[in-house]
Amino acid sequence: MNKIFEKGGKLYWLHSTVDAFETFLHVPGTVTRKGSHVRDAIDLKRILILVVIAAVPAALFGMWNVGYQHGLAVGDPRLNILGNWWYGFLRVLPLYLVSYIVGLGIEFACSQIRGEEVSEGYLVSGFFIPLIVPVDIPLWMLALAVAFAVIFGKEVFGGTGMNIVNPAILTRAFLFFSYPNYMSGSDCWIHYKPAEKLVDGFTGATPLALDGASAQYGTGFWDLFIGTVPGSVGETSVLAILLGAAILIWTGIASWKIMAGGVLGALLVGAIGDLAGISTIPCYMQLLYGGFAFGIVFMATDPVTSAQTECGKWIYGLLIGALCIMVRLFNPGYAEGMMLAILLCNVFAPLIDHCVISAHLSRREKKRQTA
Amino acid sequence: MSKDFVLKKGLDIPVAGEAELRVSKTTAPGIVAVEPTVFKGFLPRLLVKEGDPVLCGSPVMADKKNPDILLASPVSGTVREIVRGEKRKLLCVLVESDGKRQCVDFGVREASGLDDAQVRDALLRSGLWPWLVQRPYGIVADPAVRPRDIFISAFSTAPLAADAAFCFGKDAAAAQAGVDALSKLTDGKVHVSIPADGPESPFASLTGCELHRFSGKHPAGNVGVQISHIAPIRKGDTVWTVSPAGLVAIGKLFTTGRYDVARKVAVTGPMAFAPAYIEAVPGMPMREIASFCGNSEGLRVVSGDILSGRTVGREGYLGFFDNQITLVREGTDKELLGWIRPLRFNQFSADRSYFSWLLPKKKYAMDTNLHGGPRAFLMNDGYYARVLPMDIYPVFLAKACLAGEIEKMERFGIYEVLPEDLATCEFVDPSKNNIQDMIEKGIDLMLKEMA
Repeated sequence: MNKIFEKGGKLYWLHSTVDAFETFLHVPGTVTRKGSHVRDAIDLKRILILVVIAAVPAALFGMWNVGYQHGLAVGDPRLNILGNWWYGFLRVLPLYLVSYIVGLGIEFACSQIRGEEVSEGYLVSGFFIPLIVPVDIPLWMLALAVAFAVIFGKEVFGGTGMNIVNPAILTRAFLFFSYPNYMSGSDCWIHYKPAEKLVDGFTGATPLALDGASAQYGTGFWDLFIGTVPGSVGETSVLAILLGAAILIWTGIASWKIMAGGVLGALLVGAIGDLAGISTIPCYMQLLYGGFAFGIVFMATDPVTSAQTECGKWIYGLLIGALCIMVRLFNPGYAEGMMLAILLCNVFAPLIDHCVISAHLSRREKKRQTA
Repeated sequence: MSKDFVLKKGLDIPVAGEAELRVSKTTAPGIVAVEPTVFKGFLPRLLVKEGDPVLCGSPVMADKKNPDILLASPVSGTVREIVRGEKRKLLCVLVESDGKRQCVDFGVREASGLDDAQVRDALLRSGLWPWLVQRPYGIVADPAVRPRDIFISAFSTAPLAADAAFCFGKDAAAAQAGVDALSKLTDGKVHVSIPADGPESPFASLTGCELHRFSGKHPAGNVGVQISHIAPIRKGDTVWTVSPAGLVAIGKLFTTGRYDVARKVAVTGPMAFAPAYIEAVPGMPMREIASFCGNSEGLRVVSGDILSGRTVGREGYLGFFDNQITLVREGTDKELLGWIRPLRFNQFSADRSYFSWLLPKKKYAMDTNLHGGPRAFLMNDGYYARVLPMDIYPVFLAKACLAGEIEKMERFGIYEVLPEDLATCEFVDPSKNNIQDMIEKGIDLMLKEMA
């Protein structure tokens, strides 16, 4: 690093930033000073870039789907795959720019204030945020929400690794409660310009809010599984999300226990709904609707905000799945419950861990006393 | 009676440079160092001054709190220099060897015929007492205490560790005498752990002790891990541990009447030329192994294993407890876009996002590069627990130590561990935390608060 960026140098206030770009280019030449003399080749950059790679299929599909849904809405299915994708890409790109510029800007500034290296955590959050908001969200709202989530969700606690709730989910929650008109209902999920003429029988509602009514898009099992339905940008395709899940589970970055727990929890409450006659859709379809798949694979498994203990992960996953479907079935106000379920369980994760550990320690103590 | 333990968790780190099973050199150093700093909890008071003649086994220092605990000279000769550091802290006493190895005669005795006071007295007078390490905390044992049990791990699973069967193959009789002596010091048992597989351990035929067989990856050979499986340390318990080299040295005190801490030392590591064993005494200067080092720049000389050993440098000395030296390259070079390269076949990682798992037999010429920047803990506890075969939550314990919360440290098992037990967790940590250092500071805090 150049001398002027070092302590006492003129541009020391840029130190964290320069360091971040330098370590982005090179693995730094720092050596171990204490403890183990050799270290594993893995670092957080590698882990987090893998999470981003895992989310790439969902992002690419989401961009295509933005174009495809627009085509359906205006009755103009002329565009081919690439054309649809390019159309969507141009709509989603501003979201990415806002998410990264605002989020990383705050992250760099806070790292400099703390005198630490810039953590890579926001690379992932920033990639997820555009995928979990409607494509037509005004950019200034997104900027405000990202700033709120990064500052009050993460930096006040001490940065990546210290946060209690997932910053991406917090961004969405901020938008959801501050600007409900832009985050729910039937006007925000499909991109179209006011001047464009829409097809007969057009509806902008997502399949979950549709509740069995007819729409210009298909709502069968395969439509939902492949994801050719309106929704937040990256959440519609269960297929693309499963690809990401496979990467995350294979590399062990995300816990399969949380995912399995979530699916079980959702099926359980969904089945109760079916049996009691509250629900009109079979319970397994609940897994395909809305943000469930994206949430349970990418959001709930965030290692910082999820439960840490192995048994705790099951409980945490089950709770998220169950709560999500409970909101869907029993709350007439909200069509979707995934965001709220994850947010709530993020807050409860330390408590779950505390209970699991206490139970484990007292069981162990009993065993030792009898031994 | 013997019990078998199969440990599933753990990690064998495939470092290149295993020592060949032959003694390539017998060192006869002109100068050896007696270093008090490697004994935790030992406050040195000098018993000699420069120019004093000493014999092999003569006391050189005593503990200020417990003047019966002595450190002895491993060679005969004269005291050359007393080396002090900042604030006149005593770093070491250099003894110039006369090459004759004249020994103080402590008298040959039958260990099984002695009572506990006689054994304790013999160990204290001879300067062998510091081999006894107390758990919790890893400090020099207090002679006034009767420990619950005494544990000996007769093998090591550390990377490139010296082969116990090769090092102690001829010492079975001395080890038996050592067990006989130690069994007088405890009301409980002497537990000896041997490997379940591999060549027959020279310690397998010991009697008068409980034998346990352990198999598994590192740290299955760590005595702390073994204790937690055999009879865990609970609050208020005190146990002692002895290394196999210590057991043999204690045995030899009774069978030969001499202070004999000479041992075979494995010179290992990716930077060692023709890695092999040497005959050495503790305090041997690293200059003696120059032939293994070559002239290469940027070499780190570690006394001990690559996970928990001390950096001593080319001018340093072999540690009292160590029977291994590791030579490793300082990894100061920068790697262009290293973290994103998909393959990186020359780097070892226990994580599946690299492809080391495809090459399970490959040995890696590792260097000391940190491979990343330090970050807060991000991965959750299970990521670390998979390399720690103990019933402990490693991240919770490390965080409790960081926060300095005594009650939580107790809850999460600070009494059961020494830093070396969590070394594999530190190795795999993608956040590059110094977990061993955190535990060390936690233990220091416990010592201060509980005193």
